[in-house]
Amino acid sequence: MAPAQENVISVRNLRVGFGQRDVLKDLDLDLKRGEILGFVGASGSGKSVLARTILGLLPKRAGTIEAFGRNLDQVGEEERQAIERRWGVLFQGGALFSSLTVRQNIQFTLRENLHMSQRLMDEIAAAKLEMVGLPPDTGAKLPAELSGGMVKRAALARSLALDPEIVFLDEPTSGLDPISAGDFDDLILALQQTLGLTVFMVTHDLDSLHTVCDRVAALSNGKVIAVGPIESLLESKDPWLQAYFHGKRGRSRMSGKKK
Amino acid sequence: MTSGKARLKSLPFGVGANSVGVEPVFLQSELRGKKLVLSARGDWVAAHANEIEPQVESALKKQTRVDQIEIDASKVKRVDTIGAWLIERLKRNWESGGAKAAIVGLDPRYKVLLDEVAASNRQPPVPPKRETPLADTLAYIGMSAAESWVDLKALMQFLGHVMVAAGRVLMRPWSFRFTSVVNQIDRVGFRAVPIIVLIMFLIGAILAQQGIFHFRRFGAETYVVDMVGILVLREVGVLIVSIMIAGRSGSAYTAELGSMKMREEIDALRVMGFDPVEVLILPRLIALIIAMPLLTFIGSMSGLFGGGLVTWLYGGMPPEVFIERLRDAISRSTFEVGMIKAPFMAFVIGLIACVEGLRVAGSAESLGEHTTASVVKAIFLVIVLDGLFAIFFAGIDM
Repeated sequence: MAPAQENVISVRNLRVGFGQRDVLKDLDLDLKRGEILGFVGASGSGKSVLARTILGLLPKRAGTIEAFGRNLDQVGEEERQAIERRWGVLFQGGALFSSLTVRQNIQFTLRENLHMSQRLMDEIAAAKLEMVGLPPDTGAKLPAELSGGMVKRAALARSLALDPEIVFLDEPTSGLDPISAGDFDDLILALQQTLGLTVFMVTHDLDSLHTVCDRVAALSNGKVIAVGPIESLLESKDPWLQAYFHGKRGRSRMSGKKK
Repeated sequence: MTSGKARLKSLPFGVGANSVGVEPVFLQSELRGKKLVLSARGDWVAAHANEIEPQVESALKKQTRVDQIEIDASKVKRVDTIGAWLIERLKRNWESGGAKAAIVGLDPRYKVLLDEVAASNRQPPVPPKRETPLADTLAYIGMSAAESWVDLKALMQFLGHVMVAAGRVLMRPWSFRFTSVVNQIDRVGFRAVPIIVLIMFLIGAILAQQGIFHFRRFGAETYVVDMVGILVLREVGVLIVSIMIAGRSGSAYTAELGSMKMREEIDALRVMGFDPVEVLILPRLIALIIAMPLLTFIGSMSGLFGGGLVTWLYGGMPPEVFIERLRDAISRSTFEVGMIKAPFMAFVIGLIACVEGLRVAGSAESLGEHTTASVVKAIFLVIVLDGLFAIFFAGIDM
């Protein structure tokens, strides 16, 4: 799929740190409309930090973040909230509200933001559950009653409740068995095509990177060292990228592909 | 109508259309021969759902005898899941009436979305069970009664478990977690001293003030010393300290153990071959049993000091006289009664706190529930126990 050239999110010279240490140093990154961007990096290199900074959960030390063409530093409270409604987030652990049922979780933003009839909300929740591939009776369950894969799907349904333009996925396939992970990849791809989503995906899953991502960005030493289609990263001479993609696991993936 | 995007930017969701005087029209119906044409227009998105839905419903109410319906979506600018669903609902309702419905003119990029939505909500929703209020109340009472039986059993079982663990530690004294006990004593004992001192000082002072105020009418002010001395040493000291500790340390125990349970830390201990009761609970219980008499002692002294200060400043009784009278008013047994009760109170508080902590299930709500239950039950049992002790000590003339 040829991604459009419009940037929905663009990050410039971003610096984020804790205490003495800067985790992200002068980081630049663009997210183009309609693409699925995979974001890789070693554990602890600051992948989640970048996502959390864009989402406004962490303060930044320098740099600018633009979303939908607006500098997030210059927007007021109301506009900020309007922007936040245009993106959805799937947290690593799902972060479903444990005291609400799955249906209530999905309806939460609908109920708080829109004046909708209960009937319509119920129907929408059922439709979202269907979209993420969960059986309708899941709606009445509490998050504690779901398996890991179902929690991820339910959380994805919640992040899609308001039909966001961008979704942030923090390691969506971690902790899933290969079949579920593959299904989840297909699901993301299908939803991206159905809803015209732009997806920012932090992941370590080499299969996800190969099958669903239009572009991949690699983070190392606080900077994006390479960004582009997966093939271009595979050919990169950077030692870390070499180790990442051509290490033991990467090689087995490649040889599997050639067969 | 302004474009949807601009409105989304400038106005919070859902507020927009209501504050505008004229209701925008999203759906118009028109009869063309034998065909009903429903023309949709505008942004069929979540922000307008509260306006679109009534228009869809009123279009459905006007259901006339036609067997062909055309939903003309050529003037629809944007569609999201909610809009797509409303279009689908429109179509589906007409179709269930036996008519033929077709959607025409919709921007092809929304076709996938509409197909996706068309597949959903095919099964009728399961209606939630509704019970009458009376049956609900009765069921609740029944369940609470059954629950208290379960509670009691769990407590007894846990008591047994603690005893076994204690026995095991006695057999192998080197496995006793001394460091852990010291750490816990620091947390529940040493750091509780300031608040206990402050509270008991105030309680002693209030008792003395009230005593002087009311006894003065009978000219019996000097008996205030007896009252403050006996009450603080025998009853109030240990009771207030117990209640404070149940609220302060009991709740902390429950929350700690509960979150450890939630994060599978307790299971981790178990599979590594440790007994969680021995590792986590025994040190906490022992720490509480050691700390509580000490706190009761400190608290009682602080209460007597507060009482003495008030009798001096408010009642005009010099401190020497207060101490002299106190010596006559109380005996060693008065002091002993209070101190003997303290470790038992500690044991009950600790036991309840730990048992509730281990019963926490997966959710944050459950953690809160059990922490509350821990404090409420501990305070209740402490007071019940105090009553039993009163009967016992009266029986043995102490």
